[in-house]
Amino acid sequence: MTTATHDHDHDHDHHGPAKGITRWLYTTNHKDIGTMYLWFSFAMFLLGGTFAMVIRAELFQPGLQLVSPEFFNQMTTMHGLVMVFGAVMPAFVGLANWMIPMMIGAPDMALPRMNNLSFWILPFAFALLVSTLFMEGGGPNFGWTFYAPLSTTYAPPSTTYFIFAVHIMGASSIMGAINIVATILNMRAPGMTMMKMPLFVWTWLITSYLLIAVMPVLAGVVTMMLFDIHFATSFFDAAGGGSPILFQHLFWFFGHPEVYIMILPAFGIVSAIIPAFARKPLFGYSSMVYATASIAFLSFIVWGHHMFTVGIPFLGQAFFMWSTMLIAVPTGVKVFNWVTTMFRGSMTFETPMLFALAFVVLFTIGGFSGLMLAVAPVDFQYHDTYFVVAHFHYVLVPGAVFSIMAAVYYWLPKWSGRMYNETMGKVHFWLSFVGVNILFFPQHFLGLAGMPRRIPDYALQFTNFNMISSVGGFLFGLSQLLFLYIVVHTVVAGKKAPAKPWDGAEGLEWTVDSPAPYHTFSTPPKIN
Amino acid sequence: MSEPQAQNQELASKIRKSVTKMFAVTVGMLAFVWFGLVPMYDLICEWTGITGRTTSASEEQMFEVVDRDIRVQFLARNGAEMPWDFRPVVTHVTAKPGEIVQVDFYARNGTSQDMIGQAIPSLAPFESTPYFHKTACFCFDQQPLAAGEDIKMAMVFQIDPDLPEWIKTINLSYTLYEVPQRRQDLAAARTE
Repeated sequence: MTTATHDHDHDHDHHGPAKGITRWLYTTNHKDIGTMYLWFSFAMFLLGGTFAMVIRAELFQPGLQLVSPEFFNQMTTMHGLVMVFGAVMPAFVGLANWMIPMMIGAPDMALPRMNNLSFWILPFAFALLVSTLFMEGGGPNFGWTFYAPLSTTYAPPSTTYFIFAVHIMGASSIMGAINIVATILNMRAPGMTMMKMPLFVWTWLITSYLLIAVMPVLAGVVTMMLFDIHFATSFFDAAGGGSPILFQHLFWFFGHPEVYIMILPAFGIVSAIIPAFARKPLFGYSSMVYATASIAFLSFIVWGHHMFTVGIPFLGQAFFMWSTMLIAVPTGVKVFNWVTTMFRGSMTFETPMLFALAFVVLFTIGGFSGLMLAVAPVDFQYHDTYFVVAHFHYVLVPGAVFSIMAAVYYWLPKWSGRMYNETMGKVHFWLSFVGVNILFFPQHFLGLAGMPRRIPDYALQFTNFNMISSVGGFLFGLSQLLFLYIVVHTVVAGKKAPAKPWDGAEGLEWTVDSPAPYHTFSTPPKIN
Repeated sequence: MSEPQAQNQELASKIRKSVTKMFAVTVGMLAFVWFGLVPMYDLICEWTGITGRTTSASEEQMFEVVDRDIRVQFLARNGAEMPWDFRPVVTHVTAKPGEIVQVDFYARNGTSQDMIGQAIPSLAPFESTPYFHKTACFCFDQQPLAAGEDIKMAMVFQIDPDLPEWIKTINLSYTLYEVPQRRQDLAAARTE
């Protein structure tokens, strides 16, 4: 490894990016690809957000106002799919592309051409997926969990397009994950031992293993659907000796690790930002690493908690209940460490820190409602109600999405060489923070009162909380346009940023200029 | 496949090694899901009896008949779009463990088309599955019925005397599905 870099300085390392559209089409540069991932993810965030606005507008009042129930179902499905696979996952992959090589002192990703491929197949996947909305019979309408036989026997004809779109997304994720693992294991600068890696790198390493393990399961399950639909097999059809319950086991064996894929990198981001603004090193670094690994391991053995009501035997329910509650232990370690990092620190509250703090508080609320849902006997009451919707939106929106926004504000000076406007950033934060709580907090009450999820109409007594929730939804949705404006404004007209704009920040990425040169660490840095 | 920018041979071979490993894991997971998982699921269901599926015939066994009354109830229902009449001839019997009992189910194809049906069984409580032995059952085979034809179909069972004490009632339900034409064709093609 130490000799790995002497003949790095051959010619093309020193030229800048190519000009025009081909720069982006043919690029193998991790920073270009990271940028494309992030913009793509933001576009999908706005698209999925638009679907969510349709949902909240329809639910503003009881009765059917704006859209038909069929279209409403397509909106809930597409919202979920686009946000999970199009917004959150590519955003984290984009951050990984930008930051991991810079954090470990590598010149680029291990497999730059595959990197290009794994990004460029994504727009095709989502073009396929979104095109189904304009097809006869409409798009997927069976929820993002696409339970069979709803997604096989009773599905619209466009389901085949959905299946191929999922195949492509899966291929993209697997290639991305393989690339990240290969980079982290082989390309660290000399002296950067595993236990010296920034936590963002650690969390992504573990996330990549989760992706490699479960994305094939997703690919397998949609392929089985494809065969059930077109080739008269009956994997999920009781009439032919198959089992619809098998679908749920398979889906959630993928699905539960998947939700940790969407949160572990967020842990890494927050573990970078909080020490920077508390001006203290992260408390309990190694316990953070072990906690992340424990959460990843536990994610494989808890899938049954999504299926308490399908008729799992008592012993099975008890196992899934206890193993699920066990996850609270490593997660509690993490929250404890973040809080202890801040304890007696010299804290300042710039926008990235505000988002990171909101992450800690609101993600913990989402974690607590998750603990409530983990209790099998009461889950029979909460199952498929708005309480579940409130729970996973609390962990995904002020959880995963806030961490992505924190990361963007934190590293934008490094990416663009310009500083965002702090006042506008704070306005964006407070609008988002207030909006997201008005949006999702009342949904806990709706769920406890018995409002089912995925319905376009509801009983009159749910009206007030739904109205409040919708108002919060519009506020949160609109404030993301401000986010777009802030980012564009920064890139075009922001003030020049120094190499290290945050005085408490640690890490190799701050040792290079802002904006980061097109090629960094062609000669590996020395790590003490 | 991997040609890292780093010209260094050692690094390239290291990267090739990790990629090969991860690629193997990916292919392995795909193969496991595709070939291993469904049989594994069926095996687990069979061992534990969780889904209450009793699809294979068992031999008649020489149990000693125990003086204990077990109420066995029968349910018959049609799967979606199955137009046949389908019902148990008697809705329940009282059986003693060890005894060999035969019951009949009635099916009639009231449509104007020849059709093939297949009944799928389920037992509740599922804990009774390993103790409920079917020596003959119409659910083991597909049942063709011509238009307007009807039939009495037999089911012979024997309850294991080891049946746990707390089980006093066993519910046996059958759902009757139409075997779709394309699946019939497929089955025919396989046997040819």
